[in-house]
Amino acid sequence: MSVGPDAIRTRAIKVAKSTSLSLTAIGLALLVSAVLILLAGFNPLIAYAALLKGAFGDSFAIGNTLARTTPLIFTGLAVAFAFRCNLLNIGAEGQLYAGALASVVVGIFVTGLPTPLHIMLAIAAGFAAGAMWGGLAGLMKSQRGINEIVSTIMLNFVAIFFVSYMVQGPIAEPPGFFHQTAQVATTARLPIIAPKSDLSIGILIAVGCAIFIAYLLWRTPFGLRLRTVGRSEGAARFAGIPVNRFMFGAMSISGGLAGLAGTVEIIGSQYRLLDFFSPGYGFDGIAVAFLGRSDPIGVIFAAFLFAALRIGANQMQRTTGLPTSLVLVIQGTVILFILGAGILQWYRQRQQEKGA
Amino acid sequence: MSLLRMEEITKRFPGVVANDQVDLVLEEGEIHALLGENGSGKSTLMNMLYGIYRPDAGRILLRDKEVQFSSPTDAISAGIGMVHQHFMLVPTMTVTENVILGLKEQKGRWNPLLDTRGAEKRINALAEQYGLDIEPNARVWQLPVGAQQRVEILKSLYRNAEILVLDEPTAVLAPKEVEHLIEVLRNLARSGKSIIFISHKLNEVIQLADRVSVLRNGVLSGQVDVADATASQLAEMMVGRQVETPKKKPRKSGETILTTANLVVKDDRSLIAVDDLTFDLAKGEIFGVAGVDGNGQKELTEAIAGVRSIESGNLEISGLSKSRGKRFREIGHVTEDRHQTGVVLPFSLWENYALKVCGTPPYGNWLNMNTGVMQEQTRAAIDQFSIKATGPDVAMSTLSGGNQQKVVLARELALDPKLLLAAQPTRGLDVGAAEYVHERLLSARDSGMAIMLISTELEEVLALSDRIMVMYEGKSMGLVDASQASREMLGLMMAGVSLENIENGMSQ
Amino acid sequence: MEAFFSVLDADFFSATLRLTTPLLFATLGGILNERAGVINIGLEGTMLMAALIGVFGAWFSGSAWFGLFTGILIGGLIAWIHAFVSISLKANQIVSGAAINLIGVGLSSFLIRIVFGLKDQQRVVPHFEPVSVPYLSDIPLIGPILFQQHSLVYVALLLVPIMWVILFRTRWGLMITSVGEHPEASATVGINPLRTRYIAVILSGALAGAGGAFLSLGQLHFFQDEMVAGRGFIALAAVIFARWNPVGALIACLIFGGADALQFRGQAAGLAVPHQFMLMFPYVLTLAILVVVGGKSQGPAAIGQPYSKG
Repeated sequence: MSVGPDAIRTRAIKVAKSTSLSLTAIGLALLVSAVLILLAGFNPLIAYAALLKGAFGDSFAIGNTLARTTPLIFTGLAVAFAFRCNLLNIGAEGQLYAGALASVVVGIFVTGLPTPLHIMLAIAAGFAAGAMWGGLAGLMKSQRGINEIVSTIMLNFVAIFFVSYMVQGPIAEPPGFFHQTAQVATTARLPIIAPKSDLSIGILIAVGCAIFIAYLLWRTPFGLRLRTVGRSEGAARFAGIPVNRFMFGAMSISGGLAGLAGTVEIIGSQYRLLDFFSPGYGFDGIAVAFLGRSDPIGVIFAAFLFAALRIGANQMQRTTGLPTSLVLVIQGTVILFILGAGILQWYRQRQQEKGA
Repeated sequence: MSLLRMEEITKRFPGVVANDQVDLVLEEGEIHALLGENGSGKSTLMNMLYGIYRPDAGRILLRDKEVQFSSPTDAISAGIGMVHQHFMLVPTMTVTENVILGLKEQKGRWNPLLDTRGAEKRINALAEQYGLDIEPNARVWQLPVGAQQRVEILKSLYRNAEILVLDEPTAVLAPKEVEHLIEVLRNLARSGKSIIFISHKLNEVIQLADRVSVLRNGVLSGQVDVADATASQLAEMMVGRQVETPKKKPRKSGETILTTANLVVKDDRSLIAVDDLTFDLAKGEIFGVAGVDGNGQKELTEAIAGVRSIESGNLEISGLSKSRGKRFREIGHVTEDRHQTGVVLPFSLWENYALKVCGTPPYGNWLNMNTGVMQEQTRAAIDQFSIKATGPDVAMSTLSGGNQQKVVLARELALDPKLLLAAQPTRGLDVGAAEYVHERLLSARDSGMAIMLISTELEEVLALSDRIMVMYEGKSMGLVDASQASREMLGLMMAGVSLENIENGMSQ
Repeated sequence: MEAFFSVLDADFFSATLRLTTPLLFATLGGILNERAGVINIGLEGTMLMAALIGVFGAWFSGSAWFGLFTGILIGGLIAWIHAFVSISLKANQIVSGAAINLIGVGLSSFLIRIVFGLKDQQRVVPHFEPVSVPYLSDIPLIGPILFQQHSLVYVALLLVPIMWVILFRTRWGLMITSVGEHPEASATVGINPLRTRYIAVILSGALAGAGGAFLSLGQLHFFQDEMVAGRGFIALAAVIFARWNPVGALIACLIFGGADALQFRGQAAGLAVPHQFMLMFPYVLTLAILVVVGGKSQGPAAIGQPYSKG
C-alpha cells in the first residue's frame, strides 16, 4: 500500500466533513423550498414525493436521470479542473456549444467511417473545439493578463450566437425551415444502454473521465504541478514550473471537458444541433463543481443530484402543478448555503469583537 | 512633563509575549529611535500606540492624561500620525485626494463637493513649512518611493499630528532619498513635532536620533541618549542572541561551479538592481553575500536560480543541464520569502517535498508518481532534521516557521544540488532552529557542496562564510576573505564604502 | 449598403435610447460595486427578479411607479445577500453571483406561474408610457428621439453626470474608490471598508433593479421567463468597456444598445449581416478592447478580494 494510514484518515475526515456540509446545505435548501411550496398553497411532501418518483420511480426514470447526469459531469469536471489551477472557468456553456458544433459537423459531413472510428473522431473533434475555446481564454490570461472570468463570460455569448448563426444558415437542415441541423450519421451515434431511454454509453465515458481526471490530479506529476500553480504561483515559479503554460493547459483541458459535454449530448441523445439547445449545462457546471467541492468524484454525485432534481421536476409539475423552475431555486439555495458555511465562524468572531 | 509615556505595556499573542512591560518616554521636539532586530516587538508596540492593537496591560499617557485608543481614528484625533513601512496610499488617486481621503473636506456645510482647491492650498503651505517637495496634482503611482513617503508624512501633518511614527522609513529608500528624509525629519523636530522611528539599522539611529530605546525579544533592553552611546554598545543591546560561532573545518579547494562576469539584472520596475557583478563560487565553500535589504541581493539570487532574466553580462554554472526541469533540480534554493515562494501551505509535507522531484526516478515517472517513496523520504527527513510533525501527510500550514524551513532545507539538500542558494535562511526562526540550519549548511559545505549564503544578518554571514561579498546599490563593495573580515569593515561596506577606500583609509 | 442606411432613421435612434436605458442602469450599478472592489456576476438574476417584482408591484398597487419602487427594493435586497456572502463571510464572489443567477431565473419563473396562474402569466400590468416634453418633442428628428421617451430614460441619462460627480468630486466617491483599490489604506484613515462596500453593493443592486423593472414596466408591460436575456452580462462587459467611468458607461451602453436595435430592425429589413453577429458585437468588442489594453490596467486593484481586519 503506497498511502499511509495517516493519509487515509486525513482524507476520510476531509471527505466526511465536506460531504456532511453538502448534505446539510441540500437539506436546508429543500426546507426553504418547502416553505415556498407551502406559501404557494401546495403540500411539500406530495411535491417532493413526486419529484423522487420522477427521478427514480422506474428504470425509465433512472435512465433519464442518468442521461441528464452525463453532460453535467463533464461541465462540472471542466469547472472543477480549472479551479484546481485557481482559474474560474465561467465559459463551460460556450465551450459546450463549440464542442457540439464540431461533433455535429463531423457526425453529419464525414461519412463512410465504421462506427467506433466515427464516434472517436466526433469525440476528438468535440474535445478539440472545446479546448480551443477554453484555450483562447487561457491564452488571453497568460499572454495579456486578462481575467478569465471576464473573458469566458464574453466567449460564452460569442459561441452561442455563432452556433445559432450556423444552424440557421450554413449547416441548417435543408430546406432550412427549422433552426436545426440534420441528424448525425448512425455510425457516429453512441450505443444506447437502456432501451427506449436517452441513456447512452456517454454516462460511462463521463464517469471514466472523472476517474481519469482524479488520477491526473492526484497521481501524476502534471497534477501535482497544476495544483501547485493553483495554490501558490510563487512556489510554482521557484520550483521551475512554467506557470503560464500550465494556466493555458488547464484552461484548454477544462474547455475540452466542457466540449465533451456538448459532444455526448449530440451524438448520445439529441443527434442534431438546435438553436440554444443547452438548458444551461455549462452554468450548472459551476454549481456542480462547487457542490462537489472541486473533487472529480464529488462532481459525479453532485451532477447526479442536479440531474435528479431536473428530471424529477417534470413529474412534480404533472402531479402537483408546481412549476419545474422550482428546482433552480433549490440548486441556487444549495450553493448559497454552502457559501454560508462560514456564517458560524463569522458570528463567533462578531460576538468576540462585541465582547472585547 | 513628557509628551508621551507608555508604561509597562504588555501584549501577548498566542504562543509569544510580543511586548513585556515595555516603557517608552517621548519628549516634545525629540527624534526618538526604536531599535531592535526583526521580531523584537517594535511594530507591535507602535501598533498599540496607533490603536491597531490594544495592550493587555499597562497604560498610555499623553501629556500626563491617560488615553485609550480603540482604532486608528482615535489615535489620529489625539494627534498621532503613522507612516507604515508599506505605504497606505491609493496609487490611482492624486496626492491631494490621498491626503484628504476620509476627511470631510467639502465646499460648504450643504455643498458636498470636494474642496480640492482649499486642500491643495493647505498642502502647499505645509509642504513649504517643512521642506517637503510635493506635487499635489500628481497621481501617486507615478511618484518615486521617496515622494510617496513624503505624501504619507503630509497626510499625518494635514491631520495635525504632533507625534509622527515612522516604521522602517529607510528600508525602501535609495541613499539620496534617505538624506532628504533625514533633513525633513530634522525640520519637523525643530518646529516642535516629535518623532518615533522604528529601525534595525545602527548607523541611521546614530546619525538621526536624539535618544534611542532598544527592544530585544519584546523586552526593553535600554533607553539612552545617542550622544552617550557607541555603536557597539547599541549593537550589544540589540543582539540578544550571540551567534554561536560554529567551528569551521578548513576549506578544501574545489572546482569552480558558478562564474559571473559583468552581470547586470533588472528588478520588477525595470531599474538596474544588479550592477556589473563579477565573482565566482567553488565547490566546498560558502560564499556570503551581505548587504542591507534591497541592494540587489534578491535579484541576483533570482537570476542565478533561473526565475529572472539577465540584462547583460555572463552567468555560467558549470555542468548544468539544458532541460528546464533538470536545471531547477540542479540548483537548490532556500527562498527568501518562505510563504510566497518556498512552500505551498495547504499541501501536505510530502507534496511540498515532491515539488521538484516528482516524475523523476525513483519518485515515479511522468505518468505516475510513486507516492510511497516520496512519503518515505519525507518521513526520513522528518527524523533526520528533527522536524516537529506527526507525519508526511499533515498540512504544511500546521507547522511552525522553523519547522517549515527545515522541510525546505531538507528538500533542497535532498536534490544534492550542484549549487545551493540560501537566502535569509534563518529569518524569523528561533535560536535553536537557526543554529540547526547553520550546522546543516556547514556540513553540506564540508561534504563539498557550493553554497551561496545571502543574508542581511552580519553575524550570520561572518560566522558561516568562507568569502564575503558586500552589495550596495547593486554593486559589489568588495570581496573579502572571512578570516580577514571584521564587523566594522563589513558595516562600512554595507553603508556604501568600498573595500578599496577602507584599505586606503587604513594605510593613511 | 443601402438597406443598412435605410434602417438608420428616427425610429432606430429612439429604439436605441430605449434599449440603452436598462443596460445603463445595470452598468452604472456594476461600476459602483466594482469600484468598491466587489464583483457581482449576479446582475442578470437581480434584474430578472426586479422585472418580476416590478410587475407584481404595479399590478397590486395599480401604479407603475410603485412597481418600479418594489423592483428597486428587491434589487437592493438581493444585492444585500451577495454583500453578506462575499463581504462578511468572505466567500467566493463569482459563485455567489452564479447562485443568484440560478435563483433569479428559477424563482421568477416559479412565482409568475404561482401568482398570476399558468394561463395568465403574461398579464399586462400598469406600465410607463412615453412622455412628450412640451415643444421640444416637436423638433423634427431630434424631438421624437430625445423628447418622446419614458421618464425613466431621462432618469438614467441624468444619473450619468450625477454618478460622475459623486464618484470623482465628493468624499464618498473617494471612499468608494479607496476601498476598491486599497482597503487597508482606507482603514488607516478611519474609513470602514466593509460598510462602504456594503453600501456600494446594495446601491448597485438597486440600480440593477431599476433596470430590470424598466424592462418589464417600460418595454414589455408584462413578465416573461428569462426576459433579461443576457443584459446583466452585457452590463458586465459595458463596465469594462467604460473603464469604470459613468460617462464611459453611457457611450458603451449606447453602442451596445444601438447594436441591439440594429439587430431587431436588421432582421425585419432583411439586412445582409446575420443578426447573430450584431448580438455578438458587444462581447467581441469588449474582448478586443481587453486584448489591446491588456490586463495590467484592469480596473480596481482589490476587486474580488475580501477584506479582513489586521
